[in-house]
Amino acid sequence: MVGSISIDSVRKEFKSADGSGETLTALNDFTLDIEPGTFVSLIGPSGCGKSTLLRMIGGLDRPTSGKITLNGKEITKPGSDRGFAFQGSNLFPWLTVEQNIAFGLKARGIFKERKKDVQEFIDMIGLNGFEKSYPHQISGGMNQRASLARALVGHPEVLLLDEPLGALDAFTRMNLQDEILRIWKEFGMTMIMVTHDVDEAIYMSDKVVVMSARPSKVEAVIDIDLPRPRARSQDTFQVYRSRILDILNLGGQVEEPEYSI
Amino acid sequence: MKKLIKLLRLLLPLIAAALTVITYYVIPDSGKQKPTEHPYFVYTVAAAAAVYIILGIISAFNKNLKKYIFEQAPFITGTVLFLMILNVVTTKTELLPILYFPSPDKVTGILIEQRVSLLQNLGSSLGLLVTGFAAGGSVGFLTGLALGYNKKVGYWLNPVTKFIGPIPTTAWIPLALSVFPTTQGANIFLIAFAVWFPVTLMTSSGIQSTSQVHFEVSSTLGASTLYRIIHVAIPNAMPSIFLGIFYGTVSSFATLMAVEMNGNSSGIGWYINWQKQVMMYDGVYAGLIIIAFLCTLILTVLFKVRDRVLIWQKGVIKW
Ligand SMILES: Nc1ncnc2c1ncn2[C@@H]1O[C@H](COP(=O)(O)OP(=O)(O)OP(=O)(O)O)[C@@H](O)[C@H]1O
Ligand SMILES: [Mg+2]
Repeated sequence: MVGSISIDSVRKEFKSADGSGETLTALNDFTLDIEPGTFVSLIGPSGCGKSTLLRMIGGLDRPTSGKITLNGKEITKPGSDRGFAFQGSNLFPWLTVEQNIAFGLKARGIFKERKKDVQEFIDMIGLNGFEKSYPHQISGGMNQRASLARALVGHPEVLLLDEPLGALDAFTRMNLQDEILRIWKEFGMTMIMVTHDVDEAIYMSDKVVVMSARPSKVEAVIDIDLPRPRARSQDTFQVYRSRILDILNLGGQVEEPEYSI
Repeated sequence: MKKLIKLLRLLLPLIAAALTVITYYVIPDSGKQKPTEHPYFVYTVAAAAAVYIILGIISAFNKNLKKYIFEQAPFITGTVLFLMILNVVTTKTELLPILYFPSPDKVTGILIEQRVSLLQNLGSSLGLLVTGFAAGGSVGFLTGLALGYNKKVGYWLNPVTKFIGPIPTTAWIPLALSVFPTTQGANIFLIAFAVWFPVTLMTSSGIQSTSQVHFEVSSTLGASTLYRIIHVAIPNAMPSIFLGIFYGTVSSFATLMAVEMNGNSSGIGWYINWQKQVMMYDGVYAGLIIIAFLCTLILTVLFKVRDRVLIWQKGVIKW
């Protein structure tokens, strides 16, 4: 089975931005195994290193020590086996929706044979009729959808989502959550999603990984044993929610994160 | 009633043209300006009126043209009236010194009588401009790309570019003339230089402004470095590059005039200078009119290309 990720005692240091020469340790001794096809959410205080972890899995950054492997092979650079949907919308403004989605296929020289995939994904995320629009001509939610499709069209084994629904209104958000779940169910790739929303994590994930404050490590991995499709108003949600919030507060971090409850 | 006013608006330019011809013949000349062999100014106004009428007829079948003519009619009227007043002031009164303010008859006369040699000069200028522009523009683009994309190249070349770039092109003239075996070569170099600097600067700044996230997105999508340069950095820099090309074009016009006035014996710039030296100000004006048309034409083409290429910016940025 493809798409298994193994994070083995990863440490990540940054030179601190104030030029003092001190180092800032974002992650320390971070270990986590993710099985193929699971939906994992990362949750933790702001600035604890969630994006950093995701970027290292994506191959955009290297760990200071320790290693991350995909299917047993160490990750050293970005690759089309991992799709990445970045925080905020990052469509190329000079390309139409359609061209944005086709970007990866064209870059890899496989656009000709996979051309119909582009239309398929446009249909799947409901952007029909907007194929020829430029990003500034469509709404924020549509931008988000399109960048999701752009990351998905190459059929990655792992999809990395950095707060993909962060800036959206509640209704669009719920819609897109369901869409992401549908796509996940259809393609069965491994999903790793960073979120600030505890309910979103419970609603969508097989496992919720709670990270501690900096230097961050895995505080707890919580299996969400709820049958799918899940109802948002389930009572058991409450149980998981209080467990996660409890763990988050255990760290006793100074900065109060803004979780939506 | 509304229809009548609309029709009147469309007829205004023709009324102005008629008035111009009437004043031309009815008001007696002051006699100071040497009369021309033919009433060239009347020919010109008549020809313009004929074109206007023909366009008017075509516009009955073309909505866009119709709208355009309707919009422009007052402006055309104003222009014709201005020429009429100019004619009255120069030929009918003694208000302005005749040497510096030749009659419209004389200026249009030059444009008509000397059309062949004027066209040759225009061709020579255009050739110089296009060659210099192509050379300076493409070298500028490549320098800007290297400067903007590669930190090491930037380290060595940026200071050099910033040091020699701002030197006014005309200051290079003596050096260029002695270094290049032919004047033509020197002139092309000078125009190329005028275009090179702004294009380099704006290309490099456009490339540098590419967002890190866009680079990262493209690499997670499997794009190679070359692909990223061509499909991310350059498109991102395009608005800025066009600004550079625009500055470059304007400064190439200035340089063209300067280099043609030195040692050359063809080109519109040379023609204007020569006419000035022999005190033929009608020729000077004729040359200026041609230059104005040439520059306007080039800029119009440039803007059209820009609108095409930067269609994704429609409604976002305009200059
Ligand atoms: N390139 C960098 N240089 C220096 N420090 C960095 C860099 N990237 C991240 N950091 C630091 O590492 C820490 C973790 O950052 P990261 O962006 O991963 O946090 P996060 O958990 O995603 O936060 P948020 O929830 O606010 O998005 C922060 O303290 C940040 O300042
Ligand atoms: Mg983050």
